[in-house]
Amino acid sequence: MAERSFAAEVGKLRHGAGTTLHVEGILAVTKALLQSGVAYVGGYQGAPISHLMDVLGDAREILDELGVYFENSASEATAAAMLAASVHQPLRGAVTWKSPVGTNVASDALANLSSGGVTGGALVILGEDYGEGSSIMQERSHAFAMKSQMWLLDPRPNLTAIVEAVQAGFELSEASNTPVFLELRLRSCHLHGSFVATDNRRPPLTVAEAAARPVRDVDRIVLPPASFRHEREKLQHRWPAAVRFITERGLNEVFGNGRADVGIIVQGGLYNTLNRSLELLGCSDPFGRTRVPLYVMNVTYPVVDSEILEFCRDKRAVLMVEEGQPDYLEQNLNAILRRADMPTALHGKDMLPAGGGEYTSQAVTRGLHTFLRRYLPDAVTGEPALLRDTDDTHSPFATAVEPGVVRPRPPGLCTGCPERPIFSGLKLAERQTGRHHVSADIGCHLFAINAPFDLGATTMGYGLGSAGAAALSSPDSQRRTIAVMGDGGFWHNGLTSGVGNAVFNRSDQLLVVVDNDYAAATGGQDVPSSRAASPTRSTRHPIETAVRGVGVEWARTIDDTCDVAGVRDAFVQALTDEATGPKVLVMQSECQLNRQRRVNPERAKAIKEGKRVVRERFGVDPETCTGDHACIRISGCPSLTITDNPDPMRTDPIATVTDSCVGCGVCGANAHAAVLCPSFYRTDVVHNPTRRDRFLAKARSWWIGVAGRGLERRAARFEPPGAQTAGVEPARVEVAA
Amino acid sequence: MTRSLTGSASAGPSWYSGRRPLTLAILAMGGEGGGVLADWVVALAERAGHRAQSTSVAGVAQRTGATVYYVELFPPAGPDDGPAGGPADQGRPEPVLSLFPTPGEVDVVIASELMEAGRAVQRGFATPDRTTLIASTHRVYAIDEKMAPGDGRTDSAALLDGARRGSRRLVAADFADIAAQARSVISAALFGALAGAGVLPFDRERFEAQIRAFGKAVEPSLRAFAGGYAAAAEQPPPTPRNSQQAVVDIAIGPRPRTAEERKAEQEARRSRIAAADPAALVGPALRPLARRVGELPGAARSMALYGLVRTALYQDLGYAERYLQRVARIAGRDPDPDGTAALTTEAARHVGLWMCYQDTIQVAHQKVRAARMARIRTEAGAEPDQLVAVREFLHPQIDEITDTLPTRLGAALRRSRPFQRLVRAATGQGMILNTSSIVGYSLLTTMARARPLRPRSLRFGREQAAIEQWLDVAAAAEPDLACEILRCQGVLKGYGATYAHGNDSFAALLRAARALAGTPGAAATLAGLRAAALADEDGATLRARLAEAGLG
Repeated sequence: MAERSFAAEVGKLRHGAGTTLHVEGILAVTKALLQSGVAYVGGYQGAPISHLMDVLGDAREILDELGVYFENSASEATAAAMLAASVHQPLRGAVTWKSPVGTNVASDALANLSSGGVTGGALVILGEDYGEGSSIMQERSHAFAMKSQMWLLDPRPNLTAIVEAVQAGFELSEASNTPVFLELRLRSCHLHGSFVATDNRRPPLTVAEAAARPVRDVDRIVLPPASFRHEREKLQHRWPAAVRFITERGLNEVFGNGRADVGIIVQGGLYNTLNRSLELLGCSDPFGRTRVPLYVMNVTYPVVDSEILEFCRDKRAVLMVEEGQPDYLEQNLNAILRRADMPTALHGKDMLPAGGGEYTSQAVTRGLHTFLRRYLPDAVTGEPALLRDTDDTHSPFATAVEPGVVRPRPPGLCTGCPERPIFSGLKLAERQTGRHHVSADIGCHLFAINAPFDLGATTMGYGLGSAGAAALSSPDSQRRTIAVMGDGGFWHNGLTSGVGNAVFNRSDQLLVVVDNDYAAATGGQDVPSSRAASPTRSTRHPIETAVRGVGVEWARTIDDTCDVAGVRDAFVQALTDEATGPKVLVMQSECQLNRQRRVNPERAKAIKEGKRVVRERFGVDPETCTGDHACIRISGCPSLTITDNPDPMRTDPIATVTDSCVGCGVCGANAHAAVLCPSFYRTDVVHNPTRRDRFLAKARSWWIGVAGRGLERRAARFEPPGAQTAGVEPARVEVAA
Repeated sequence: MTRSLTGSASAGPSWYSGRRPLTLAILAMGGEGGGVLADWVVALAERAGHRAQSTSVAGVAQRTGATVYYVELFPPAGPDDGPAGGPADQGRPEPVLSLFPTPGEVDVVIASELMEAGRAVQRGFATPDRTTLIASTHRVYAIDEKMAPGDGRTDSAALLDGARRGSRRLVAADFADIAAQARSVISAALFGALAGAGVLPFDRERFEAQIRAFGKAVEPSLRAFAGGYAAAAEQPPPTPRNSQQAVVDIAIGPRPRTAEERKAEQEARRSRIAAADPAALVGPALRPLARRVGELPGAARSMALYGLVRTALYQDLGYAERYLQRVARIAGRDPDPDGTAALTTEAARHVGLWMCYQDTIQVAHQKVRAARMARIRTEAGAEPDQLVAVREFLHPQIDEITDTLPTRLGAALRRSRPFQRLVRAATGQGMILNTSSIVGYSLLTTMARARPLRPRSLRFGREQAAIEQWLDVAAAAEPDLACEILRCQGVLKGYGATYAHGNDSFAALLRAARALAGTPGAAATLAGLRAAALADEDGATLRARLAEAGLG
């Protein structure tokens, strides 16, 4: 079950024509799919389109009513291959993933699909993870469209525009027999806005009906001689058909043409940012009534030569606003203008940031200002503060907060995360075995590369942690290499690319599979090894069984990662064992974020029903803690932090446990396994005590009063009345047992 | 080259004539409810007929990292704007809202924590000419602040100053505390502050209606909302200023005090009492000794009284007297007895801390104090008659046990194989002791009562000798260096391996101090070396600095 439930929102998917829906971008896309008569949907989760998969999962009932087939694909390659259903049959299909990483994985299937072409509309919704908050390498998906000649839609960040792009995408795909990418930038996926709905449409042909009447056409299969024909078809038929559809439907837009003899060409996704920049320079208003002509490319591939030439015909100069690098569009525009011998000056990365990076409002405003100051200075009537030098007192960056005062806050493992003790245990094991090469993978566990663990040397892609350790795991090496992989990556491809490979090549590596019941990093989706029963998916397939199935002989499952000493010992054993071949440690504990979401309501209910419930949390004694923070250096838990030293004689901050503690037990286990300090304690608060509990409470309280009385009396001779040397508030003293 | 702008086609009312959305950025950490807060603002505005758009950058930022939520609210159409009437290319039927906060153009910034407020200023989102900055003054420390073996915290006062200088109006309060008091979450308190600051064109009822419509934990949320509202309403906007000066001349109003400042004020009060009537700050048995504290420099008396109580409690009156003698020895060399008396104060602090080193008896004593047991109950939010069990995670090492015993016995046991096996069996994997149980509490109080054995123990002798040696070095040095030598006690911290490492660092520092005596800049060099000793866990930085200084 996913981390975020859309059960409440999916009701909105039922709304019919005329209703205005106020929703997030992802829900709008889902609604648009249903309005387009989509027959099947698949995909692989990952920010920023994880929620699209979650919405679809929660919308099962509606999908079933409409006869729409939905699959949680095993990988992006699986999802892309699923579009094969649209090759021969007039079925509309959509798949989604995080890009460009997902597109990398899918590109084999996409290349095959786009070579043969499609009959039914095939749409790939890309969640473009670029810029601030991105978790992946900074590349553009644009290249995939170019190399496979698939069309790329980049709609304005406006829900109506996005919904229309989904519908137009299917039609464009069908009109040109070509699969289509729909690119949604990070912020567009999480964009809250509104659009007017139309009715949902049942697919004219369902997948069940299509499967009942198989169709086959050998010309669509990628094998000579058809494959050579496909390449000609792409250029001679599909491309012209696409251009015809784009121009006839007016998918790209022109604004304010004729108002000036310079213009701006912009990717649709950057339109809102550009208009804001124009407003700031006094060249447009909130409703986009611009004084500088704009050509908005809602389709960024293919570029429509005739529209470019038409737009540039009466312009002295044009600015191309294109995010990311390389500058594919600018290069393309230069070729178009040169071929037509058009004298219009073209600017782009010479004025806008060329070194990559998101085109923020600031970046675009500065570049646009340079362009307009040169070609249309009269139009610039506004000078926003951000254009000023940083040493100008009116610059927004002038009020300096010393750079060192604000520290970076990288993402890390959550409070009570069961992956934390795995890395604590590994750090402790390394004290005995020495340091090892650690090959990391994609997933929450990758946060171990940061402080305080500083573990992990490389990461080669999802599920490739084991493969990334292949060369350094040769049977000749004296020091065993450690590979880490999550359960998500394991089922995505790690079982074959990593484990199978290690078995076959007799690798000596130690593979740690973090088995936390969910694809946690992407939002807690189920995986085949999830231990919860799912009404719609087959779960409970143990990872250890899977690795033994492909030939691993040395495999162990640790079913409580919070037992740090146990984890440490397992590591030491696996790193020193004489056995040859790959060693696999399955580290099993439920993702705390999902566990809390599951357990909290259950506990609240039990307490309400009068059942005995014990609530646990950890604490640190301020008197005993000397403020050396060794505990933090092997944990990094958000709820284990520091606070002012209440002791007036001491100055360094002491460790403390905040209320957010979920009582996972790692603090105590660390204190033991690493022989830390005696400051840690666990508090167990009993709700709805039994009679035995109540008797015990009375007896203990009495005894503590008696046994402690002498010590307190002695202390009272030395301590000032009502106070304690440790500086604890006097008010708290009187509550003595 | 001609420059032409064809036609009169004026755009509608522009950005600079006020036709612009209200912009709001929320800087929060993943999991703090920043998204819920943004959703509330959007829903609230939509109900009031505004067009609202919000975006966020989720992804890995959700996992405790810093993240920004951005909201734009566009008021309902006025008479001279609204949907464009002309041909299709003359504009959009609805306002075009941005997905990015623009530096210098953000009306309201909400920072869920003090360093995030600093980040908002640093990124140019909060600016002195425009922004109302609503900031919670509590700190959630970044990992590198937490990890430092000493005090790695950034300066809260600098952050608060930056927040004030970087905003037109600062609304600052500990909204985390307000939320905790209401047993709610910070987003509700911040929503209240947003309402209380009066920066959005919606009244309080509309805000509260939004919380009710949300329907989850309504009552606690409304309580937190009310707390946040009141805190913001207490901080009205600055009186209108000359618009020419508005940007440059930032009114320096009173700013909320940081926790450190409040602590300093308390200390100042105490110091006044300590100077006038030292006996008032100790228990009856210590009053005669406390009067002798009056012979020490005035500024150091408060610290000396802390030390006096601490040493007496740790051992006995004789030990407290010994403490006083040690401090007096250094006080005699204080160059500024009528001023700050820094040398005496540091002596009072560090001699006291060292004399009360954390041995097993001391730890046991700390664990069984009534105030501690009471504090734990409060912390856990336990009702008066609720059963609370407190379990200690102890891991006494052989050395720590034998060190506590009388010297001969300790030395014998340390060599004894059977004893070693016994201890390993009992505590090798660590032991969990239930202090709240009859057996556990009895065990610990017995241990705490072993105090009279302490002066005969192996460790006691060792520590006293080390203290004397340290004080000898300090007493022989000129005052500035002496002060730094005393402060070197600060590296003696932790238990087990951390403690052993601290001892090594201290020995190296003391060697360096001896070598530095009489050289120019000795005090500053030693201070630098001490900071290096606390920079890491393995002593690499200290070794490097010692080598640089030619002392390695």
